[in-house]
Amino acid sequence: MAEVLQQDPMRVTVLRGGPGAPMRPETFEVPLYESQTVLDVVSWIQQNSDPTLSYRFACRVGMCGSCAMMVNGVPRWTCRTHVQKVLVGGAIEVGPLRNLPVIKDLAVDMDPFFDKWVEAEGRHHPTRTRDDGIAPIDPESADRQQATAGIECINCSVCYAACDTVAGNPDYLGPAALQRAWTLYNDEKNADRGSILDAVSGKGGCHFCHSMGSCTIYCPNELNPLAAIAGLKSATARRFFGRRDR
Amino acid sequence: MTEFRLYMLQRLSALVMAPFVLLHIGVMIYAIRDGISAAEILGRTQGSVLWFTFYATFVVAVSIHAALGLRIVLSEWAGLRGPTREITSLAIGLGLFALGANAVWSVTAGGTS
Amino acid sequence: MKAFPRSHPLWLAYILHRLSGIALALFLPFHFWVLSLALTRAAALDGLLGVTEMPLVKAAEFGLVFLLAVHMFGGLRLIALEWLPWSAPQKTWAAAAAGGAFLVSTAFLLRAI
Repeated sequence: MAEVLQQDPMRVTVLRGGPGAPMRPETFEVPLYESQTVLDVVSWIQQNSDPTLSYRFACRVGMCGSCAMMVNGVPRWTCRTHVQKVLVGGAIEVGPLRNLPVIKDLAVDMDPFFDKWVEAEGRHHPTRTRDDGIAPIDPESADRQQATAGIECINCSVCYAACDTVAGNPDYLGPAALQRAWTLYNDEKNADRGSILDAVSGKGGCHFCHSMGSCTIYCPNELNPLAAIAGLKSATARRFFGRRDR
Repeated sequence: MTEFRLYMLQRLSALVMAPFVLLHIGVMIYAIRDGISAAEILGRTQGSVLWFTFYATFVVAVSIHAALGLRIVLSEWAGLRGPTREITSLAIGLGLFALGANAVWSVTAGGTS
Repeated sequence: MKAFPRSHPLWLAYILHRLSGIALALFLPFHFWVLSLALTRAAALDGLLGVTEMPLVKAAEFGLVFLLAVHMFGGLRLIALEWLPWSAPQKTWAAAAAGGAFLVSTAFLLRAI
């Protein structure tokens, strides 16, 4: 392991608990290493201080989207968040992601988040069968550029945790699911654009977004769900005024 | 009505009001330039079909717009759901319309009679 | 848990739009009621209009005009963001220019009166 940076350990406050009980803060002292991530810190606590600490991770390199937590009140991907950049007076606070039910400690139930991807019609509608040739796609076309802008989403739910509309409206599909819908809407290999617009026009649809932009500010992959949701609003309005979809 | 149609109604009522708001502020600045009185307001508005149409349209648009806006605020900040929310929002819209219609009638009716 | 930080421009624009909308909706019934006095009780209306000469009420009036302008330009910004294929900086500049021009001209006019 890398060298210990200083004599004094950092103070790490972890919010712990589960359903049916208020979250209680518990503070641990953790040695500070070079190039240490917040996920390293949580793992250190689980391996050296309290083996009952629950949290979730998989790839550790910012690809799987499973380790997002609140760090000092901000939703972050903890495996790519350097401790040095978030330490305030030698301390950090780590908690479970906002806007999702806590299972235990730092592990939240992601079901509502993924259920909304399905609700937003975030699934492929094929235009061809396996017997047909592959459709040629121009990577420079306007639609493809729009679709490409959103495909690097890793489903980490950071945008969902950052959104105040999600906090106030349990039906709201949220930035990630709506961005997925916008990506598919622009995918030339995806048929039935109308069903996507129908799916995002319901009681939790894109029209509840207030363009507060926290999704785009906090997205660790620097995607722009705010623009994607605006695209969906614009598409539904154009359909309302009688413009035809492809 | 579907959520999408309510959204369109909210945006379209806003677009109707945008030029009205500018005119409203303009008239207000003009009206208060040397004091304002009931007689002065009535002298301008009473019996005028144009002012009646302007203010009546304004009142209809603002009643719709405010009721729909507060419907979302009540849902997000006060946790109102289902029929409670719809009835509250409808009552706000109708109440604003009644008060507004009464005001428009008060300043435009008569004069020609 | 530490408070979730929200102090970025778009969130501030959202909260300004919401709070100005709520404030305007609360003011409207009073506004309508005062105007409805015009026909039946002109003296009472003149009494209330006289109150508008008081400095504190004058300041509150400017506040209302400000709220109305903020809400209108904030709303037009939203509609542009949602419906027009402009780039983000174009929208920001358009909103800032319109808002700035309006505030300056209103301030000018109110001083000239």
